[in-house]
Amino acid sequence: MAPSLEVEEPLPDPIDFSAPLKQAPKLVAPEPEHCPGPESNLAGTADSCAGCPNQAICASAPKGPDPDIPLITARLADVKHKILVLSGKGGVGKSTFSTMLAHGFAGLDGLENPVGLMDTDICGPSIPKMMGVEDESIHVSAAGWSPVWVTNNLAVMSVQFMLPNRDDAVIWRGPKKNGLIKTFLKDVEWGELDYLVVDTPPGTSDEHLSVNSYLKEAGVDGAVLVTTPQEVSLLDVRREVDFCRKAGIRILGIVENMSGFVCPNKKCGYVSQIFRASTGGAKRLAEDEGIPYLGAVPLDPMIGMACDFGESFLDAYPDSPASKAIRQVVERVVKTVGGS
Amino acid sequence: MPLDTVKNIVLVLSGKGGVGKSSITTQLALTLSLQGHSVGVLDIDLTGPSIPRFFGIEDSKVRQAPGGWIPVPVHDAQAPLSPRDSTTTTAQNSIGALSCMSLGFILSSRSDAVIWRGPKKTAMVRQFLSDVLWPDNLDYLLIDTPPGTSDEHISLLETLLKTCTPSQLSGAVVVTTPQAISISDVKKELNFCKKVGLRVLGVVENMAGFICPNCSECTNVFSKGGGEIMAKEFEVPFLGSIPIDPAFVYLIEEGIRPVYPQGTVIAGKEVGSQDQEKPTSFSANGHVSKEQTSGLLVDKYRSCSLSPLFDGIVSTLVTDIASRRAVS
Repeated sequence: MAPSLEVEEPLPDPIDFSAPLKQAPKLVAPEPEHCPGPESNLAGTADSCAGCPNQAICASAPKGPDPDIPLITARLADVKHKILVLSGKGGVGKSTFSTMLAHGFAGLDGLENPVGLMDTDICGPSIPKMMGVEDESIHVSAAGWSPVWVTNNLAVMSVQFMLPNRDDAVIWRGPKKNGLIKTFLKDVEWGELDYLVVDTPPGTSDEHLSVNSYLKEAGVDGAVLVTTPQEVSLLDVRREVDFCRKAGIRILGIVENMSGFVCPNKKCGYVSQIFRASTGGAKRLAEDEGIPYLGAVPLDPMIGMACDFGESFLDAYPDSPASKAIRQVVERVVKTVGGS
Repeated sequence: MPLDTVKNIVLVLSGKGGVGKSSITTQLALTLSLQGHSVGVLDIDLTGPSIPRFFGIEDSKVRQAPGGWIPVPVHDAQAPLSPRDSTTTTAQNSIGALSCMSLGFILSSRSDAVIWRGPKKTAMVRQFLSDVLWPDNLDYLLIDTPPGTSDEHISLLETLLKTCTPSQLSGAVVVTTPQAISISDVKKELNFCKKVGLRVLGVVENMAGFICPNCSECTNVFSKGGGEIMAKEFEVPFLGSIPIDPAFVYLIEEGIRPVYPQGTVIAGKEVGSQDQEKPTSFSANGHVSKEQTSGLLVDKYRSCSLSPLFDGIVSTLVTDIASRRAVS
């Protein structure tokens, strides 16, 4: 039976907006300024906890590492390389790039095992559509959940497969999302993989922290950051770099997506910088931050079309400049992680 | 409650990231202000605040006053600017005051990451709603949201539905781009609105087509028309398609007044400047004349090709909101 969010969750309505807040909230007051956080060993006992109405709750909560982490580590022991795709900004092409990366890895010579792609964007999963497997669902066996296979060496996992209706909104707060991500890592039977690409939602919040903390023991090879050339986007990516540093994630490099658009008018052929790199773009950011620059992928309307129809752009247009740029990035990533 | 005196609250939502929520919010705010309304912009995208950048006030800081925070002013209410374009309604109106609030103003460094889990974000959103001292009798409060349907959205709606009167909470403008990937995420957002009982004021399709600054031919980079079909399917108003305009990006990034090559036609209207022979003088040699960069953002925005489009959208919105008010 396919696991479905509907079956899993017989609760009437997790968030009932129309109801007034009559139930006493669990946390009695907002946390104080120097709150060590409920996960901390000092929770409930630190100096700043004195007088906090939640002190008793925090002090009695379970502490220490999550008991599921060894299970995740065991489950992912056969995955050779785990790569995160991150960006602080939305809509810069994380999912597009993740699918390209996965297709690129799957097309490599000398690949021994399949490639996996995991979509941790719970509120806006786009991977299934881009892979053309939107209507599939997950199968459960004794060994765990089986991912959906796109080609014979490319497997995909996303929350979209569990939605009873594909337009349903997943209105979840952080802790619930963390639970699902943990399930994806713990219960999905990935088997032996050469690469596992993890696509993330925009921002630096629950999903990112969870993926990182769950995978820490299993070992993440690093993160590929995606950006567009304009400063509005770079601004958020700088925050993501800061996040990676604070979280101790190695940055494999930065990719500049949507850089330059060639006018399809044959007579014109003018290259416009739709998203102009007024501050030097990703290259400059990479230099400033001392991280590798993996290359620039031009904006090609056919990439968008290929994604809408769930085809592999690399297979459909192998000779386009964008394909070449993507393959170059894939090669650099492979070299950086020391893959085959 | 500081929200008490706010007349209308409009949310800008989208399930997908990077479709232009902040850019649409900015333009709605500028146009509302041009039409003479006083406007406040609240940015609740905590992990990626872009509103300060869009309004060019990244260096500003929020001031603390007894009872709350004072939002950062973009410009004050002022007399009508010299008319540039007599066909729009903006020419006759005086300009309303515009102020912003964002987490970006509170961070010590612009590249600082805000790595927060849900509960902390919830607390921040609540604080933004309860502790910001918006000017008295604010006509419109626009709320820019992060992508998705998660903590920020739940907290925002919970607080708004609890503290505001139904006539205050006007509804949501949903932003999408035309390609199917984006539409499928935005459908989720429309379902979210349905679920929480938030009225959808309309759908805006952003990035529909790109006008080459060299040959002025329009290309559909992300295809076209998807937003309109989706709006029909969900029976919500379709407000319009907005093309990609590199000049708007220059305006935001560098504060350069938009100039168009002759013959550029957007929405059936000639926007190319007649007297300027040379196409888009900026960026070619890096030299920018003083005249192009001086002046208020709101004044420079009037030269942007997108301004007439937004003038129409905003007029529709204002009439719609006013008529709802009259009924209720």
